Amino acid sequence: MADRTLRILVAKPGLDGHDRGAKIIARALRDAGMEVIYTGLHQTPEMIASAAVQEDVDAVGLSIMSGAHMTLFPAVIDLLKEKGAGDIGVFGGGIIPDDDIPRLKKLGVAEIFTPGSSTQDIVQWIRGHIQGRL
Amino acid sequence: MRVVARETARWDAETLGPVTAKTPLRQPSFFTDSGIPIPSVLTAAQRRGELQESLGLPGEFPYTRGVQPTMYRGRLWTMRMFAGFGSPEDTNQRFKYLMAHGTTGLSTAFDMPALMGYDADHPMSRGEVGKEGVAVSSLRDFEVLFDGIPLDQVTTSMTINASAIAALCMYIAVAEKQGIPMAKLGGTIQNDMLKEYIAQKEWIVPPRPAVRIVVDMIQYCSQNMPRWHAVSISGYHIREAGATAVQELAFTLADGIGYVEECVKRGLAVDDFAPRLSFFWDVHNDFFEEIAKFRAARRIWARVMRDRFGARDPRSLQLRTHAQTAGVSLTAQQPYNNVVRTALQALAAVLGGTQSLHTNSLDETYALPTEDAVTLALRTQQIIAHESGVDRVVDPLGGSYYIEYLTDEMERQALEYIRRIDEMGGIIRAVEEGYPQKEIGESAYRFQREVEEEKRLVVGVNAFQSDQHTAVEILRIDDQVAASQIARLRKVKAERDPQAVEKALAKVEAAARGTDNLMPPVLEAVRAYATLGEVSDVFRKVWGQYREGGAF
Repeated sequence: MADRTLRILVAKPGLDGHDRGAKIIARALRDAGMEVIYTGLHQTPEMIASAAVQEDVDAVGLSIMSGAHMTLFPAVIDLLKEKGAGDIGVFGGGIIPDDDIPRLKKLGVAEIFTPGSSTQDIVQWIRGHIQGRL
Repeated sequence: MRVVARETARWDAETLGPVTAKTPLRQPSFFTDSGIPIPSVLTAAQRRGELQESLGLPGEFPYTRGVQPTMYRGRLWTMRMFAGFGSPEDTNQRFKYLMAHGTTGLSTAFDMPALMGYDADHPMSRGEVGKEGVAVSSLRDFEVLFDGIPLDQVTTSMTINASAIAALCMYIAVAEKQGIPMAKLGGTIQNDMLKEYIAQKEWIVPPRPAVRIVVDMIQYCSQNMPRWHAVSISGYHIREAGATAVQELAFTLADGIGYVEECVKRGLAVDDFAPRLSFFWDVHNDFFEEIAKFRAARRIWARVMRDRFGARDPRSLQLRTHAQTAGVSLTAQQPYNNVVRTALQALAAVLGGTQSLHTNSLDETYALPTEDAVTLALRTQQIIAHESGVDRVVDPLGGSYYIEYLTDEMERQALEYIRRIDEMGGIIRAVEEGYPQKEIGESAYRFQREVEEEKRLVVGVNAFQSDQHTAVEILRIDDQVAASQIARLRKVKAERDPQAVEKALAKVEAAARGTDNLMPPVLEAVRAYATLGEVSDVFRKVWGQYREGGAF
């Protein structure tokens, strides 16, 4: 396996404008030595999946506060699969009720980080679970 | 004063020195959350300025001690609980519930599609309808939302910005249907677009046309709606995005200055509109700093309005404000701790002299609040109001060496930011260049690092953790809401007069391309059941969709 720098797309699906968390994660991942691309706000699942493929990322981190995660997270995963990029890992965070976490995992979201998670936990998790794609 | 200074120096050497030499302080130095240094003791020696010059008396210039001479001895603050979720029927019920439990003003949260100017059936609205606020697309939804609520007997706050003009016109139109003229409507529409680009990030068009719409609304309301606040200049979102208290104070007042400048450029006389400008602060954890923020804000605004804009009407000089406890301070871990945080923050807002207050619910890091959680948050205010005794005295902390020191320091630091923004060419330019956004991003990241390095303790998160998981009940929004909203929207579109809609929207477009005030044509359009999305589409067509880049 090529030991290359991990490339992560931090994405804001949906219409909410709460980007404090997404930007903090983006900076923390960059400070941890990863290459980070941030989509900016108000992205559709289509925009996110296209950006992930174009940027050839290893993983996509989705941040959402609007409550639309049950619709938008699976949509991103499905679109990645459609584009033949189902091996791109998808993780997420935001205002996500506990009960939704197992459901999202079942739908293919690798991990969910809820409020209070430390950026270091997220860095560790990525290092442990996301492998650089060949 | 000199005696006090001499005495303090003596105390420092004789009393403090030996003690700290023996037992070091818990930290080498202490700072507020904004980074203001906290001296070992404050005395009369630190007090700057004449009493009348910087402090004054309540209800008098510079209003440091409050905008009314009586404050809560005259009337308690308005307990205004922000509510909105699901369908207009759901929120109408929550409004009636809150009114039955003693809330004294309505406050409406709209869903994300409404805030971004999309109807329920737009592809961008997928998964979002009714989730973070009430779903509205047309006047029909407003009719349901305010059904059975006499709009001349309540004051209503509407938290909506980019599509505020459509929402305000729908509110006016629904009041007309109740037989109430717009002149009798009391309330506030947030309508603060500058802070959208800075922090909240719900927008349709670029900053300059967006501010033009705000000025149209201020002008129209000042002439037709004497009881209406056409803008609520909001620090809340700036703070929630990670700003410090000083940055919240500075950027919010800079936004206020920006609106006043634009209105003056339009040719409005400052005293014709300034009395109806209102503000909205966050109340975070640092108790005394938050109190000082309210006081510093009033003093800066009074001086800016008098000295910079030549306002003469005392009401133009008085900064009236709503406040909300800090959602960002709530933790998912040990959620019942949030009740305590909210109570302390609410007390700070009251001691700071707020005119109205929303208290957050303990479950808001999970979802929108349940009825029980909202009731507890409202009871928190009622206990402060009716049991703590703080309502019986005006500005109880006035003259406290610490509070006055913090008020002075916050004022000084905020004015420094405002000076820098003026040098950049004003707040609109500063926002276009991303200056406040960048400053806030830095503060947010610094705060997070301090938490992770345990320089800053958050109970239940990085200290005093518990393995015990507290389950809280969650409010779930049925996906059926989207389907029923889309069905209602289709019915509205089928039943309305398409020619009237088309004609009205053409007038909106003509006004947008020209300089006529947009309020009359938008009002005509929504009366004809043109939707919020259709009005917003006209703006998108004329000015383009605004997008922010991916800088972080």
